[in-house]
Amino acid sequence: MAGLKDATAIVGIGQTAFGKQLPESEKTLACRAILGALDDAGIAPSEVDAFASYTMEETDEVEVAKAVGAGDVTFFSKVGFGGGGSCATVAHLAAAVATGQASVGVAWRSRKRGSGPRPWKNTAVQLPTPAQWTRPYGLLRPADEIAMLARRYMHEYGATRDHLFNVALACRNRANQNPAAMMYERPLTRDMYMTARMISEPLCLFDNCLETDGALACVIVSAERARDCRQKPVYVHSVAQGLPSQHHGMVNYWNDDPLTGPAWTAARHLWKQADFGPEDVDVAQIYDAFTPLIPLSLEGYGFCGRGEGGAFTEGGALEIGGRLPLNTGGGGLSEAYVHGFNLINEGVKQLRGISTAQVPGAGTCLVTAGEGVPTSALLLRGA
Amino acid sequence: MTESESCYLSPVIDDDGAPFWHYAAQSQLRIQACASPACGELRFPPRPCCPHCGSFESEWRLMSGRGRIWSYVVPHPPLLPAYAAVAPYNAIIVELADAPRIRLVGNLVASADAALNSVDPGRLRIGAKVQVVFTDVDGVTMPRWVLERP
Ligand SMILES: [Zn+2]
Repeated sequence: MAGLKDATAIVGIGQTAFGKQLPESEKTLACRAILGALDDAGIAPSEVDAFASYTMEETDEVEVAKAVGAGDVTFFSKVGFGGGGSCATVAHLAAAVATGQASVGVAWRSRKRGSGPRPWKNTAVQLPTPAQWTRPYGLLRPADEIAMLARRYMHEYGATRDHLFNVALACRNRANQNPAAMMYERPLTRDMYMTARMISEPLCLFDNCLETDGALACVIVSAERARDCRQKPVYVHSVAQGLPSQHHGMVNYWNDDPLTGPAWTAARHLWKQADFGPEDVDVAQIYDAFTPLIPLSLEGYGFCGRGEGGAFTEGGALEIGGRLPLNTGGGGLSEAYVHGFNLINEGVKQLRGISTAQVPGAGTCLVTAGEGVPTSALLLRGA
Repeated sequence: MTESESCYLSPVIDDDGAPFWHYAAQSQLRIQACASPACGELRFPPRPCCPHCGSFESEWRLMSGRGRIWSYVVPHPPLLPAYAAVAPYNAIIVELADAPRIRLVGNLVASADAALNSVDPGRLRIGAKVQVVFTDVDGVTMPRWVLERP
């Protein structure tokens, strides 16, 4: 069976500015990011015949295709579960291109989360299940739901707030090197972290991602076509989605082992299809809506053993020069929170060698989508 | 009931969950179980069929109402107004003594009708033994939890 391994490549990336409040509409931002990515690739919009985005994306394919001047589109898909779908947009396009259903795919995400309403404030449209078992008790926000798992994780394995600080600090340090990051000029200290206001104990302000307006996009073509493109291709080496047996989303409280989430399921498939393993990953872009997702993901994707994710962060492991440089653009915690799409583009930048916090000689990158929800992941390989 | 409490979110009850709330109104904590004699597995949240054997036959089994705190959080604002008014409060997960894999989200309170912030957050700890109690919130009977040894 012909697989997806290195059959396709990301050849263009685009992004808008990131800000707390941008004046343009989500649709306009989407078009800017997409046209930027196509220009980066040197591919005309009329050649685009595939699209992929998130179910939470508010601008649909019809609007995007006609605005950017796409050709006849023969593949389009949307992936559910918020930030869990980020890498799956690329995965779906890779599958479509590799199997001949399309030739030029565009994945994108545009979101005005900074100036828009917080989704959890919507009391009229409660998800019926499982919200009836959680929200009336004041478990209202994603931060509360994840804090519940974080507390249990810290209790079972002795992880500490210092471990979560290590995650927040690594992301902030990279953002301080990235002029496009929202936190570019805002250093973080341990004292700031330890005295910050709590959001949902044990999580404080700095354990939570930013609220961002912005958009990003990338362009996927066949490996063959990629050789003729303007940029050095970044190959899609392995892809996976993950919805574990008896999983319950962010409120994963009702199975035998709530602390092994979708990362474990995605990881098994991701590594099975790959020519290399976790020890060969040069740099990682791990979904960081909340700091505890990093130790959980480090375990799930096999960088350390069960319960070792907190300790893994010690000794500068996540910094440049450490065991696993993390979220080198600043991530959702400190660059921008656009449902994880900035992590995909940053992975591409690392493998092109153009990151603002470049890992010397980076040849492989893991990119993950949200842990704690049905998720997805990519292994990218440089040319 | 204070005015802020009347604005707590009421459960948006679906077909699968309706029996839970029906029994709660009778001060009974019942959990859905497979009614196939060969299986009988408990499951939560409730769903149309048994993930172990596929049976659509189910029953609602009475629980003792005893359990232990499995985890907890203490939310701070920004929150919906009724919850912000009592913040910081607690939300807990209780692992049932009768069925440790069945865990219920709830609140630890000083007594059945006490406020969501009636227990000092410093007294919360994982493993603490708790007992279910029931209280009326805006016309819906909600389970709450009190410490077995206050
Ligand atoms: Zn059964």
